[in-house]
Amino acid sequence: MIRDITIGQYLSGTSFMHKLDARVKIVCTFAYIITIFLCKNFWSLGLMVAFAALMTLLSRVPVRMLLRSLRPVAFILLFTAVLNLFYTKTGNVLFQWKFLMLTDKGLFTAIFMAVRILSLVSVSALLTYTTTPTALTDGIEKLLSPLKLIKVPVHSLAMMMTLALRFIPTLIEEIDRIMSAQKARGADLETGGFIQRAKALLPILIPLFVSAFRRAYELAFAMECRCYRGGEGRTRMKQMKLGVRDAVTAVAFVALIAGVVLLSRFFPAVI
Amino acid sequence: MDTIIQLKNVSFAYETEEEEKTLAVKNVDLEVRRGEFLAVVGHNGSGKSTLAKLFNAIHLPTEGQVLVEGMDTADEANVYDVRRRVGMVFQNPDNQIVATIVEDDVAFGPENLGVPAAEIRERVDDALRAVGMYEYRLYEPHKLSGGQKQRVAVAGIIAMRTDCVIFDESTAMIDPKGRREVLETVRKLNRELGITVIFITHFMEEAALADRVVVMDGGSVAAEGTPAEVFADTALLRRTGLELPPAAQLAAALRENGVALDGDTLTPETCADALFRAAQKAGVV
Ligand SMILES: Nc1ncnc2c1ncn2[C@@H]1O[C@H](COP(=O)(O)OP(=O)(O)OP(=O)(O)O)[C@@H](O)[C@H]1O
Ligand SMILES: [Mg+2]
Repeated sequence: MIRDITIGQYLSGTSFMHKLDARVKIVCTFAYIITIFLCKNFWSLGLMVAFAALMTLLSRVPVRMLLRSLRPVAFILLFTAVLNLFYTKTGNVLFQWKFLMLTDKGLFTAIFMAVRILSLVSVSALLTYTTTPTALTDGIEKLLSPLKLIKVPVHSLAMMMTLALRFIPTLIEEIDRIMSAQKARGADLETGGFIQRAKALLPILIPLFVSAFRRAYELAFAMECRCYRGGEGRTRMKQMKLGVRDAVTAVAFVALIAGVVLLSRFFPAVI
Repeated sequence: MDTIIQLKNVSFAYETEEEEKTLAVKNVDLEVRRGEFLAVVGHNGSGKSTLAKLFNAIHLPTEGQVLVEGMDTADEANVYDVRRRVGMVFQNPDNQIVATIVEDDVAFGPENLGVPAAEIRERVDDALRAVGMYEYRLYEPHKLSGGQKQRVAVAGIIAMRTDCVIFDESTAMIDPKGRREVLETVRKLNRELGITVIFITHFMEEAALADRVVVMDGGSVAAEGTPAEVFADTALLRRTGLELPPAAQLAAALRENGVALDGDTLTPETCADALFRAAQKAGVV
């Protein structure tokens, strides 16, 4: 069971989205998220949603998997929608009952927020479903490399991220083992109030930290033995190369953003 | 045979709070010969790991000198060159794998050495084939068994094309099947690629397969010689708290009970041969 956890949530595949350069995917994902928050009418919102649907098709990620990634945000989604629904006091009143008032603007804002959050989560999920953690951290390292000029330790940050991702499953396994060991000694982890449970966690956290530090120490030795000296003079096996596919994607995104800008000009904002 | 690593009267003490420093390694003189399979044995705390870390400049001698291919490890300028010649595989495979994909991990060493991309690819594929893990190159390490993970770690070192690899109890944490896989892999690398192997182990049956055995006791070298020589010295074994390999134990018990076994009985194979000869002589088969 623990062996089944996948680091990040990469789904292997050979689709168009899988083959895209990680940098392009990261930049486009950010561009998409910013753009969707600038949409003020249904035409531009519709265009964005259609584009997200196209990306999903091109990634061959099953819709079922996308829905699964939406589950954790379901509550936030509902909460913001309800809040927006009744909080907005401007616009034409559609319905009123005592202090509850629903306006058309409130309804639209609620719909917009819901659609934005849904697209945001789906698009980021698509990114992690189609990009390996290694490619993702490499991409981030490359994108942030100009920051080296102002002495930001970009390589170290990327290496830290890689190692963190690498050790997540190892540490989860460890927690599992420690919990079993403490249960075997009679530790009660399931009952009692909040304080009691928090106290019961201590005998798990302490060994976990001790072991994590020991692992870190050994890992540092092992990395030194493999001649690791930081980013200086390091080459990479997997070179990132931009191809036709990436150019096409970039053009499509520029077109998308231009489309949204145009639609915002020609149609009135509804929120 | 020429020497790859030479220790000249080496002592080492850990930096501790206490006033009195105890030496973890004491006045060791040792030569590692190119291409040999050298086993290092000794009970817990006898200084094996400390010795191993002196070989590739992780520790620097408090006294004496360690020379790797003639380079003094104490010289800061040599450290990198020493480590690209002498690699090390540790006990726990989980704590030495750095990447989330097998092939990326194997590439880590060559990448650090600044090898060009195309050559790294070649080295990674060769190394993974050499340890029999090529089919698993796209796996995530945590989905592999202990023996497989350890073989990935071995591939990570040989992709650096080191002349010598130190194994610090690399078989201690894995199940018997995984242990056999790793040991077979190491012997193959030694035989076929001519890589010098320093194999630290608690398992006497593994030491019995080496060309030469060094016995550590209290930080010093208590004895060195071929497995046959070392395991014939019962006084030494008793003094250093070591046991005979299981096959040799069986042979000794049989001899005590009047079965006349001749020749080498250190490994299961040679022991079986000796038994067969004894049975033939007795007219049983
Ligand atoms: N980091 C350290 N700091 C201080 N003392 C240490 C350290 N590591 C080891 N020692 C001490 O040095 C001595 C030799 O330890 P070493 O780990 O080399 O033994 P070993 O033969 O590898 O033992 P084992 O079979 O348990 O691995 C021991 O007395 C140990 O307590
Ligand atoms: Mg040790």
